[in-house]
Amino acid sequence: MRGATHAKWAACAAAVALAATACGGGSDSGGGGDAGIVSSSWGDPQNPLEPANTNEVQGGKVLDMLFRGLKRYDPKTGEAVNMLADKIDTTDSQHFTITLKDGWKFSNDEPVTAQSFVDAWNYAADVRNKQNNAPFFADIVGYADLHPASGEPKAKTMSGLVVKDPKTFTVALKAKFSTWPETLGYQAFSPLPKSFFTDHAGWLNKPVGNGPYTVDSYTKGTGMKLRKWDGYPGPDKAQNGGVDLKVYTDNNTAYTDLISGNLDLVDDVPAQQLKNVKNDLGDRYINQPALIIQTLTFPLYDANWGKAGMEKVRQGISRAINRDEITRQIFRETRTPAKDWTSPALGDKGGFKDVCGDLCTYDPAAAKKMIQDAGGVPGGKITLTSNVDTGSHREWMDAVCNSINNALGEGPVCTVNPVGTFADFRNQQSAYKLTGPFRSGWQADYPLIQNFLEPLYYTGASSNYGKFSNPEFDKLIDEANQESDSAKAIGKFQDAEKILAEQMPSIPLWYQNGSAGHSERISDVTLNQFSVPVYNEIKVS
Amino acid sequence: MPERDEPAYDPLQPGEGEAIAPTGQGGPMDLALDEAESLEKVLGDEPTGPAEKARSLWSDAWHQLRRNPVFIVSSLLILFLVLIAIWPQLIASGDPLHCDLSKSQQGSAPGHPFGYDTQGCDVYTRTVYGARASITVGVCATLGAALLGSALGGLAGFFGHWGDALLSRIADIFFGIPVVLGGLVFLSVVTSTTVWPVVGFIVLLGWPQLARIARGSVITAKQNDYVQAARALGAGNTRLLLRHVAPNAVAPVIVVATIALGTYIALEATLSFLGVGLRPPTVSWGIDISNAASQIRNAPHMLLYPAGALSLTVLAFIMLGDAVRDALDPKLR
Amino acid sequence: MGRYVIRRLLQMIPVFIGSTFLIFFMVYALGDPVAALFGDKAPDPATAARIRKDLYLDQPLWKQYVHYMGQIFQGDFGTAFNGQSVTDLMATAFPVTLRLTIVAVVIEVVVGITLGVVSGLRRGKSVDTSLLVLTLIVISVPTFVTGYLLQYLFGVKWGWVRPTVSPDAPFNELILPGIVLALVSLAYVTRLSRTSIAENVKADYVRTAVAKGLPRRRVVTRHLLRNSLIPVVTFIGTDIGALMGGAIVTERIFNIHGVGYQLYQGILRNNSPTVVGFVTILVIVFLLANLLVDLLYAVLDPRIRYA
Repeated sequence: MRGATHAKWAACAAAVALAATACGGGSDSGGGGDAGIVSSSWGDPQNPLEPANTNEVQGGKVLDMLFRGLKRYDPKTGEAVNMLADKIDTTDSQHFTITLKDGWKFSNDEPVTAQSFVDAWNYAADVRNKQNNAPFFADIVGYADLHPASGEPKAKTMSGLVVKDPKTFTVALKAKFSTWPETLGYQAFSPLPKSFFTDHAGWLNKPVGNGPYTVDSYTKGTGMKLRKWDGYPGPDKAQNGGVDLKVYTDNNTAYTDLISGNLDLVDDVPAQQLKNVKNDLGDRYINQPALIIQTLTFPLYDANWGKAGMEKVRQGISRAINRDEITRQIFRETRTPAKDWTSPALGDKGGFKDVCGDLCTYDPAAAKKMIQDAGGVPGGKITLTSNVDTGSHREWMDAVCNSINNALGEGPVCTVNPVGTFADFRNQQSAYKLTGPFRSGWQADYPLIQNFLEPLYYTGASSNYGKFSNPEFDKLIDEANQESDSAKAIGKFQDAEKILAEQMPSIPLWYQNGSAGHSERISDVTLNQFSVPVYNEIKVS
Repeated sequence: MPERDEPAYDPLQPGEGEAIAPTGQGGPMDLALDEAESLEKVLGDEPTGPAEKARSLWSDAWHQLRRNPVFIVSSLLILFLVLIAIWPQLIASGDPLHCDLSKSQQGSAPGHPFGYDTQGCDVYTRTVYGARASITVGVCATLGAALLGSALGGLAGFFGHWGDALLSRIADIFFGIPVVLGGLVFLSVVTSTTVWPVVGFIVLLGWPQLARIARGSVITAKQNDYVQAARALGAGNTRLLLRHVAPNAVAPVIVVATIALGTYIALEATLSFLGVGLRPPTVSWGIDISNAASQIRNAPHMLLYPAGALSLTVLAFIMLGDAVRDALDPKLR
Repeated sequence: MGRYVIRRLLQMIPVFIGSTFLIFFMVYALGDPVAALFGDKAPDPATAARIRKDLYLDQPLWKQYVHYMGQIFQGDFGTAFNGQSVTDLMATAFPVTLRLTIVAVVIEVVVGITLGVVSGLRRGKSVDTSLLVLTLIVISVPTFVTGYLLQYLFGVKWGWVRPTVSPDAPFNELILPGIVLALVSLAYVTRLSRTSIAENVKADYVRTAVAKGLPRRRVVTRHLLRNSLIPVVTFIGTDIGALMGGAIVTERIFNIHGVGYQLYQGILRNNSPTVVGFVTILVIVFLLANLLVDLLYAVLDPRIRYA
């Protein structure tokens, strides 16, 4: 690896220039980092690195190395297994008693107690702290006092959280929620050490957690060095000496560094390189399903699209989209044609099932007939809207329109409406201004079928941007949430999903995979369901 | 490609060129004479028959142009491009919007000499149809920016003082506006599918540069002896500016404008990439080039043809600009 | 001269106020930034309202502006959304971009003027023609492609240089990005100096110099070049801002965390403190660059005087 040797030389030179440290040693390990250290691509986290304020992958990566919560989703099966929780007991699916395991501590030697959780959760829910993930605590009794819709909060803590002893606390929910314990693997539920509250700015500059790694140094906008925490009490100890996260402003550049031997791991292979990835990386390329689905949502609040009978047109459009061709040619199989409204990463046991069937299968003749029989598309025009500042949104929108236009054979019926920034798109979407189908992507917060359905399609739900409303759907969701037997609950959720197929409030397009590439010097690289690399399992040769 | 039909010679080699030392000997005396002669010419000609002289400056230039093969070639090329822009059907029979994804990024095939792009559209047809939008954007934006910029910049440079200060500072503020921000603010509110908002926006961002170029060369040109002489003889400002300064200051403006033509066509691509440029179903080289750029490793042919067409256009205008500049420069006659 | 400079420096005050307001207004016109902070999820209304209040976004535009300017005069440029202060961002981004710009400008000046002189003196010959073709290629191939290609060839295939720039961005790592950044401007500089040279080569003072028997090199550098540089210098003056603020593509390709990147992020995320702060500094750079250019006029052409 010629490039690698050179890179090492350059890195040494830089190090010398920086800190005048000697750059000795002739270890011939190659790759980007020092012995035993994995170097990995990173993006600047969009929010300060507080667990309850992080809702995107880049910040999530760090939190996954720094924190362990009550539960953790098994990176392979997605099953929520107890981590810090010894047991979570309930008799009525509404009041829970949580007992912690012995021996857990933060990397500053402070023990993790029930109070560490309760303080963290109260902090997250408090509107004064402006935490993005506050709504995750909305099920807990007393949330409204801490997070009123308007005005100042009346309390500093949620009355539903009570510490019994250092190892035990109880949680009272507002309503029955049988799968609530399964949501506790989400990072927003992480415990926080005292220093988070006493020296907040200091903590943000060098976060302290209870996970297998500790922060060695953090330069905002440039990178973070994480090192293995030798005293980590958990079962999933780091298999490498540490991880150096390097900020790249463009994943294409990260990929270039990977193939020139300056970087070990890129967890987001750029679309334009996918054609060469087999050539460049061989079997060091990973492409596996994640909990992400992309859909086209219809503005059902618009009379043209929402009136009765239009579901046939919506279904017809779904049939006019050649998902196989688009996922193959545009996405090079890093997307999988969708068959339902969830994700294959849930597994069959988790509720993934081909609910959409023929309606998600390309059939231009049937599509044309369905649309014509139902009176055609409103005004003879379909305009697809999405922001185009990220991803390959422009490409797939063009491809979907071409597919629809070719199926209908009536000229340019479908056109795209690119929006310059995500903020602008989001504002138009949440003001219900869009009059044609628009992109909606959904990454699940936890591997539960509920998370794919309720926030998106329940009447008045927070991310129900198309204003879909169906009493029967709502009823099935309510029943499923109260069902204590998980298999039965999933059956109810799937029944609810069948209503989506009948009404087609949104067209499932494809499931998004996580795609990653790595260097020869590291092995055992996997992605979890959130397409975040499982860093602690990576081995450096 | 030779710029002119004159025999190539090196003007810096004494003795070789016919222009340097008419007496064959060279020396301060002769040159002084030479200079005096030309000065005399200016001085002598100035007061007489302004109308006749004004005509002859430009008609001289036109006369010069007609005999310049560079001008003829470039004009024919531009004529051809304009014809294609108006009637793309002349040389392309396909539909630029018909795309077959299964042929994505395939190379050339019978009837499709340039191959297919990512969406499976025919690159040849799109290149031909792209001429209209791209040439309109390029030419109109360049004309707009060059006329506005050189008018304002020329006046500022010529008159100086507070007018210059005001204009230059306004230009400085405009310089500071990032293209991305300006594009998102001004163009995202536009829903028109025509090219005009884009043209207007490029003019808005482009004029300060041309204004500064024009200002700089006017400041130099107005120092020239013949300008001072004409001023001493009582020539009015308008006359000075149009007759003596402008022809001598126009060269850098032409050079920058002809290159800017190309960069403006490319800028349109940047705007489209941001989602605020030309809106589909408009076809343009800019859109195709920006789509092709990221695929350079996978399908270089996607870039080659629209970029080649853009080169050809810029070449034609650079040649035209050179010819016009030469025609306006009496020293080269 | 001194008075002229002072007057020009005083003119910066209205420009500063004008440009900050204009940019502030433009970012305001982009719309509400808060909704985009929550990713694909719907924003929680109470949290969003709180963020708006803390950022003064619930105030009318003029109040926001006054508040912002008040902060600036206390040396506080506000914070970007990731919690970093804008002053911090500027302190890391501007030195890097400044180095990159210097590299690019040096390349433009040295290579561009040399090529321009060569092609101007050999007007119509094959050197001139090949430079014209190169110019055309540079103009019509997007920076993304040239950047990517050069990076691939030099950085990956031949391994001559590091394909990406390390965080502290020393000069030697910035040479390749500097070349990429300079390419399009190089076309302008070459063509401009070519035309000026070709025009001035027949001017009287050149004839005089040649006739005096001065060495060719001296004629070119002292007489010909000096008088041909004004348009080139003007162009480079206008280009500095474009190089500093518009290097988004080059910075991305080589992973340089500079002004272009921060500005782009600020714009995409409608973050007015970032955008206004960076643009304000850019405008000041512009004013200084243009002042320098105007002073250079007088150096290059002694007939030009400033009062």
